[in-house]
Amino acid sequence: MKIVQAKDIREAVAAMCIAANRELPADVRAAFEAAHAAEEAPAAKEIFRQLLENADLARDTGLPLCQDCGLAVFFVEVGEDVRVEGSTLREAINDGMIAGYKDGFLRKSSCDPFTRKNTGDNSPSIIHFDIVPGDALKITMMAKGGGSENMSRVTMLSPAQGWKGIKDFVVNRVAEAGPNPCPPTIVGVGIGGNFELAAVNSKKALMRELDDKHPDPEIAKLEDELLAAINALGIGPMGLGGKTTSLGVKILVAPCHLASLPLAVNIQCHSARHKEVIF
Amino acid sequence: MAEHHLTTPITDADVEKLKTGDVVFITGHIYTARDAAHKRLVETLDAGKSLPFDLKGALIYYVGPSPAPPGRPIGSAGPTTSYRMDTYAPRLHSLGLKGTIGKGKRSDEVKAALATHKAVYLGATGGAGALLSQRITDAKVIAYEDLGPEAIRELTVKDFPLLVINDCHGGELYVKPNLG
Repeated sequence: MKIVQAKDIREAVAAMCIAANRELPADVRAAFEAAHAAEEAPAAKEIFRQLLENADLARDTGLPLCQDCGLAVFFVEVGEDVRVEGSTLREAINDGMIAGYKDGFLRKSSCDPFTRKNTGDNSPSIIHFDIVPGDALKITMMAKGGGSENMSRVTMLSPAQGWKGIKDFVVNRVAEAGPNPCPPTIVGVGIGGNFELAAVNSKKALMRELDDKHPDPEIAKLEDELLAAINALGIGPMGLGGKTTSLGVKILVAPCHLASLPLAVNIQCHSARHKEVIF
Repeated sequence: MAEHHLTTPITDADVEKLKTGDVVFITGHIYTARDAAHKRLVETLDAGKSLPFDLKGALIYYVGPSPAPPGRPIGSAGPTTSYRMDTYAPRLHSLGLKGTIGKGKRSDEVKAALATHKAVYLGATGGAGALLSQRITDAKVIAYEDLGPEAIRELTVKDFPLLVINDCHGGELYVKPNLG
């Protein structure tokens, strides 16, 4: 049995929230640099120049990359042989998030859905727990902005619609979202499962590195096909036209009911902020 | 595509010379307002009361900045998605608002209001909040402080960099997706 102190979790989560909001992940930066070189249209090139400058500034000044520091979303894998001491795991994560958003001068964006009153400390965190074998505790954090989340959708296709139905829905979603979710985006796609699992999987898929190839070569091919179809839309960075509408498509598949073909599209803006820590 | 340097307040003549795709650098004062602040502004108008700032010649920036760290006037301050303010914008334009700053598509009603009331929709680069904040030299909350990041702030800006997305002549900068 591994004992993990709640205090250590709080500190790690606070640091992770701050770092995620200030440091553009290396894979996203590399994708910006490649797109900056590949784009021919001056407006598209200029957007990538600005985004690279923005990332440098955030790193050097400590300002967040984007003023929308997001709702704090966590995927947590809890080993069956792990015990947390000092508080519940949920409290440790949420308290760490609150401290990180306060000390890092990050924007608090959580509010009551009816009164719209800000909760003041960005709580509650949205936490997805998984119990896994072993004695490791893995906490992955994503700062998810509202603009790209608003462009995301879940749908229940009919099995007869198959891959064509999936492809049409994903591409049309990106087309309809246009400039709104801050392209170039990363598109998470949850296929199968049920209504809620498809949605969770579409977000979980976004945690993969951009250059990470799907282990199933058939799914990897579908990811490439979707990305090519999305980039053929020509929406481009910020909707100003160009080759780069999305930087990647990531699919997560789960078995589903005989009657269903659940599909979720979670759109991630270019400020793809996530970090992980393992105890 | 031309480049313009404008100082607030903005006039009809300023707006008329702006064309879709032009680059505009704004110097002067602009006002922040997003979802919750717009609701209050319109409720204030409905109640027959006066607004916390003068709409005539004004620019509203759709932004909820991150908190200012010590030694800085403001935190990151990039645009939020504009369509959520579409229900409010035409009324504000009819009262003299000369432009809005945000990102993303506007409704047909907003585009029509730009033509009718000689106003402009300007785009700032989404997700470049740290970069854009460098052009903001001062920020003070002038209304609705309880709304936190959504409070109305008067920003002092110098050469704030923008693109004309929708002009008052019916032009639109965003590309239509090629659906084959």
